[in-house]
Amino acid sequence: MKKLRVAILGSGNIGTDLLVKCRRSTSLEPVVVAGRRKESPGLCLAAGLGVDMTWHGVEALLCTPEAYDLVFDCTSAADAKESAPKFKALGKKVIDLTPARVGPMAVPVLNRFDMLRHDNVNMVTCGGQASIPLAWALGKVYGRDLEYVEVVSSIASKSAGPATRANLDEYITTTERGLAEFSGCHKTKAILNLNPAAPCVDMQTTVLARLSADLPPHGNLKALTRLVADIVDDVKEYVPNYELIVPPTMEGGRIVIMVRVRGLGDYLPAYAGNLDIINCAALAMAEEVAMQAAIDRSTK
Amino acid sequence: MSPSITISDPTLRDGNHAIGHQITAEMIRRYCEAVDAAGVPIVEVGHGNGLGASSLQLGESACSDQEMLAAARGALKRSKLGVHIIPGFATIDRDLAPALDAGVDIVRVASHVTEADLCERHIRYVKDHGRTAYGVLMMSHMIGLQGLGGQARKLADYGADAVILMDSAGIYKPIDVAERIGSSQTACPIGFHGHNNLGLAVANSIEAVRCGATIIDGTARGFGAGAGNTPIEILVALLGEEQTGIDLAKLFAAVELADQLFPGGAVRTTPSPLSICMAAAGLFSGFAKPIQRAAQRFGVPEIDIIAELGQRQVVAGQEDLIVEVAAALADRQKDRVP
Repeated sequence: MKKLRVAILGSGNIGTDLLVKCRRSTSLEPVVVAGRRKESPGLCLAAGLGVDMTWHGVEALLCTPEAYDLVFDCTSAADAKESAPKFKALGKKVIDLTPARVGPMAVPVLNRFDMLRHDNVNMVTCGGQASIPLAWALGKVYGRDLEYVEVVSSIASKSAGPATRANLDEYITTTERGLAEFSGCHKTKAILNLNPAAPCVDMQTTVLARLSADLPPHGNLKALTRLVADIVDDVKEYVPNYELIVPPTMEGGRIVIMVRVRGLGDYLPAYAGNLDIINCAALAMAEEVAMQAAIDRSTK
Repeated sequence: MSPSITISDPTLRDGNHAIGHQITAEMIRRYCEAVDAAGVPIVEVGHGNGLGASSLQLGESACSDQEMLAAARGALKRSKLGVHIIPGFATIDRDLAPALDAGVDIVRVASHVTEADLCERHIRYVKDHGRTAYGVLMMSHMIGLQGLGGQARKLADYGADAVILMDSAGIYKPIDVAERIGSSQTACPIGFHGHNNLGLAVANSIEAVRCGATIIDGTARGFGAGAGNTPIEILVALLGEEQTGIDLAKLFAAVELADQLFPGGAVRTTPSPLSICMAAAGLFSGFAKPIQRAAQRFGVPEIDIIAELGQRQVVAGQEDLIVEVAAALADRQKDRVP
């Protein structure tokens, strides 16, 4: 199968880890990494792997549209918002890993096929990718009886770079929107904790839900447990170390579900599950685009 | 002579931890009137974990941030109105901006002690909008002295009007206070927020003053998270009316009112075994109630939960881990039973 050519915009932790993942992919070929600083370790790695690289950032990509088919935007919310219309004008598909939310939100296990018709899809946030499948399950089982959904994520301080730290508010807002959209529940809240403990902690995400008071106390917990187990297995197909550590449990009048995400350790250490999950999800989305492109070509 | 020590009173914020965040607008109004009359310079109001923290994770408050701030703002004539805010829980748009609109004077932007850079955006926002911003380092025991200095300097660089060290676990002894305040010197004033898990909140606060801190937190009868805070009435009695600018007789009246207002009373008694163990493990004082609840729910000893949380170096805001630890301990218990 002819591989889909991808450009990686942003040579920080996310972009560099994505580079390593793309090189393993059977359907994607990373053709260029674009960063902003000559000294960026990510650009050095790209060069070392024989992948074209440039420190002239997005401008370099905009000048060479013939070189790639799809862009992973790993910059920042503000930058992604600015570049989006430019890539659209060039007819390039963008998978946005920032909280910019220019295009619709993509959670591969739930909507990868629907996302194929959009030029720009947003990968929500790391906490969003971890929690939205669970929030969806809550919505499916409880419908209108799901009154409120909250997600709390803890990540290792070391895994939170300057962009994450400067974008906390955007992280919160985007995650909350994602929870609302996929669960059908309009009251949502997202919290992010950074923990400096050594050895570094893996990403841990807890989804808490409040149900309508009319429901019996343990109403439908069995159905929820089964659905959560299924969806966790489905997420595991593209996030191998996505693990359910506390199945749906009623505690203090709220439902509690907890997952832990360990990374693959491709570029960053394995504790950075938060970066890994959004990259795995972005990769899954890109591979779906690649598959569709291959189908389109073969049916021409 | 103007007072040289600024007493900041978070009875209506830290105290919320003590009663599951159930402080009402009416309690706020009445307590504010009383401390305003006593001349307490700063009165802090809100959910135990600050603006936007009402949640299933930390506990839902009896009334909204807006309701609490409106009640306080209306009742405070001379005293300044303060709030606590943790980036990662609260956002500028949803929580901070409306608080400034509601007339908040002082915003205490807080982070875990190693993560001061999370406070930058919020501090700058407050300063850009003409209010006072304090940078607050929570769980300040969880870092070395050199690192602490670095974090304090960051806050000062962001434009903070003061740097506040919190002894959130109540683990400090006076020598620790001296070392830590000594290591946190910047161009701006330093403050100290004590907790009483080891019965040392007052001694620590006096030591803080001796080392140059000019902002000291104290609550009515020590009303607050876990074993409670530094009792404000003892602070003022020790430091004096002239140094604090507070009328002691009127303060006593406010403190007695607090005892009647809050369910269970405001007075914090000698630290319980739970509080002492939590301090020994260096845990956030706000974990006290969730630990008790989880111990009961899962049928495991509190002390085991505490040990595990301490081992994992859990920080404020990670209350969900209490459930995970308790559930795991319960599972292990089940496996051991023949």
